[in-house]
Amino acid sequence: MSKGLEKNKGFILLKGGRFYEPFLSIDAQNDILIKDGIIIKIDKNIKEEKKYKIIECKNNIITNGFLDLHVHFREPGFEFKETIETGSLSAFYGGFTRVCTMPNTEPVIDSPELIKFIIEQSKDTPVYIHPIGAITKGQKGLEISEIGEMVEAGAVAISDDGIPVKNSQVLRFALEYAKKFNIPVINHAEDNCLVNDGLMHEGEMSTKLGLPGNPDIAESAMVYRDLSISEYVGGRLHVPHVSSFKSLEVIKMFRKKGVNVTAEVTPHHLSLTDNILKYYDTNAKVAPPIRSSKDKKALIDAVKSGLIDCIATDHAPHAVEDKDRDFKHASCGMIGLESAFGIVNKTLAAEKVDIADIINLFTVNPSRVINIVPNLIKEGNIAELNIIDPSCKWTFDEKSIKSKSNNSALLGQEMLGRVLFSMNKGYILDCKV
Amino acid sequence: MKRIETKHLLGLENVSSKDIETIIDVGFTFREVLERPIKKVPVLNGKNIVNLFFENSTRTKISFELAEKRLSADVTNFSASSSSVEKGESLRDTIQNIHVMKMDCVVMRHPIPGSCLQLSNYVDVPIVNAGDGTHEHPTQALLDMMSIKEKFGKIKGLNIGIVGDILHSRVALSNIFGLIKLGANVKLCAPPHLLQRNIEQHGVSVTYDVDELIDWADAVNVLRIQRERMGVGLIPSIREYRKFFGITSERLNRHKKEIVIMHPGPINRGVEIDSDVADGDQAIILDQVLNGVAVRMSVLYLLLGSKDFE
Repeated sequence: MSKGLEKNKGFILLKGGRFYEPFLSIDAQNDILIKDGIIIKIDKNIKEEKKYKIIECKNNIITNGFLDLHVHFREPGFEFKETIETGSLSAFYGGFTRVCTMPNTEPVIDSPELIKFIIEQSKDTPVYIHPIGAITKGQKGLEISEIGEMVEAGAVAISDDGIPVKNSQVLRFALEYAKKFNIPVINHAEDNCLVNDGLMHEGEMSTKLGLPGNPDIAESAMVYRDLSISEYVGGRLHVPHVSSFKSLEVIKMFRKKGVNVTAEVTPHHLSLTDNILKYYDTNAKVAPPIRSSKDKKALIDAVKSGLIDCIATDHAPHAVEDKDRDFKHASCGMIGLESAFGIVNKTLAAEKVDIADIINLFTVNPSRVINIVPNLIKEGNIAELNIIDPSCKWTFDEKSIKSKSNNSALLGQEMLGRVLFSMNKGYILDCKV
Repeated sequence: MKRIETKHLLGLENVSSKDIETIIDVGFTFREVLERPIKKVPVLNGKNIVNLFFENSTRTKISFELAEKRLSADVTNFSASSSSVEKGESLRDTIQNIHVMKMDCVVMRHPIPGSCLQLSNYVDVPIVNAGDGTHEHPTQALLDMMSIKEKFGKIKGLNIGIVGDILHSRVALSNIFGLIKLGANVKLCAPPHLLQRNIEQHGVSVTYDVDELIDWADAVNVLRIQRERMGVGLIPSIREYRKFFGITSERLNRHKKEIVIMHPGPINRGVEIDSDVADGDQAIILDQVLNGVAVRMSVLYLLLGSKDFE
């Protein structure tokens, strides 16, 4: 077992913390007593006993485990980048007790058998995996896959991940058909013709670096198309990793009309600007690209106003040889699970966003997007929770990374706020080791 | 001995105007050396320079090689096709091989922007960018500026036009950075879709009218139209490009003022420029070629040289 990870045995008393349970709308000073991984008592002031292991929670927050709607665990097919085991551990260190894995593996997750395989592989890991199945067979964009069978096997959404569904009629079928199974369709919003082999956000920085630009309209035009179709058929669309001001305007317009649309933002789009590419750092090469300071500000505002529902990391591990290349040939994506809370909390705390609202972005909000039954923090339930220190300052450094890969543009950055302990599925993890 | 601050020549964006001026000044000294009966000086004796070309090049490669040989450096050439880059051959592996062989300087051309800067993370010897994709081609801009200075005696305050496919041109970008630093006024002329959005933010002005450019400019740098841009819909036809952007003698004759014509080569005669213009008195295209050797000698000398020479 990994360092810091233990079976949750005996009595553990979480003492003196603020208890915030957004699913139950509880926000109070409460102690929590756990026995063998099960919550047995939640009360104002639980009396200490000798047999209890005490975790001092003063100034800390006890809240639900996080849910990430967008991760890549690379298994099957690319186990040299990440496996379900290493990805799960990385998630748990970041406070995530549930993740949704994208289907862009080899083979593509486009059948109930493969959905079951993912769930089976995660049985002994400390996090729950809710797989996302492919919209189309082999992510080829031609025929819709066995969506119903996949949902019965445990899929919670469908997406062709990084490959946008180009054929509008296929997307229409998917949005219509998915209504029967009450799951969202997640379409990577980029018009590849407009992307035009662009390698970074088209703007002043791309001009300076001589890198071909990928304009914001490549995203917003696609979001507009997707939402027009979704509105027409009464579908449910979830927009992944929104990166631009223009796309936000489109989402806002459709939401105003009552269209059922949800949206996520990644920690890197929320906290970085294209300035990070000044030295061609391939770790900051992501799709869609990290954009201008104007876009970053708009994303923060959209989180504040609720236009963006939740944070999703798009945790995309890549081996050194995939990233340590010239800028064109370097793979897209960065890891995000372990730095997510620290960087998002730092970014939003600076904008005076309340800690409870920040926690909602990782818990109750994403859980509404995929309609899973949450495991509440209440007596009798298995402990699925985090102990968070929102004012802990720490540096995200390569040595501490638990993911199999370390491709992050945030390495060396100071973070604010940290998950100190995470509990789930009968495990307890000391996230600081 | 004159010195420059920069350790590498990765591009002109990050080089100070003082360094640029020094490189050009020393370039004139080497230009004088090139006029001597014996055109070789011993300043880089015993230094090993590798020319790494990951993209086809004839002129730039010959120019660098000549510059290196005239400085008495030992020269090693490595050429790989662009296709090896497309196949994903790791830049790092190639570089590390070269690095262990203890080279004193790397001159590199590579089809991907930023490659030279990335290279500087792996090796600690001076690196000279001989063109990195659509990013920069600093020695070309230096030789252009040296040629302007030779012709006009100054750069500051001059009106310099650049016409052609600006968007895909590393020559244009390096010229923009360099010329602005030295106080020239720069105006660009291109089909609108072959210009970077908001390029004005970098201190230049823009026109879509080549006659307006000619009226305004003291010198115009005519960029080569890459034939591969045609056939992908960027330039409808040679006929049309020539009509709206070509530097023809007919067009130049319509303007009273005589302007200086430059071209980084190789020339597409009859496309972006007419033969009689390229070969005419207004053109300084062959001076540019000679200055290219001189300015590359200057760059290598300033980055590597330890001895004085006269």
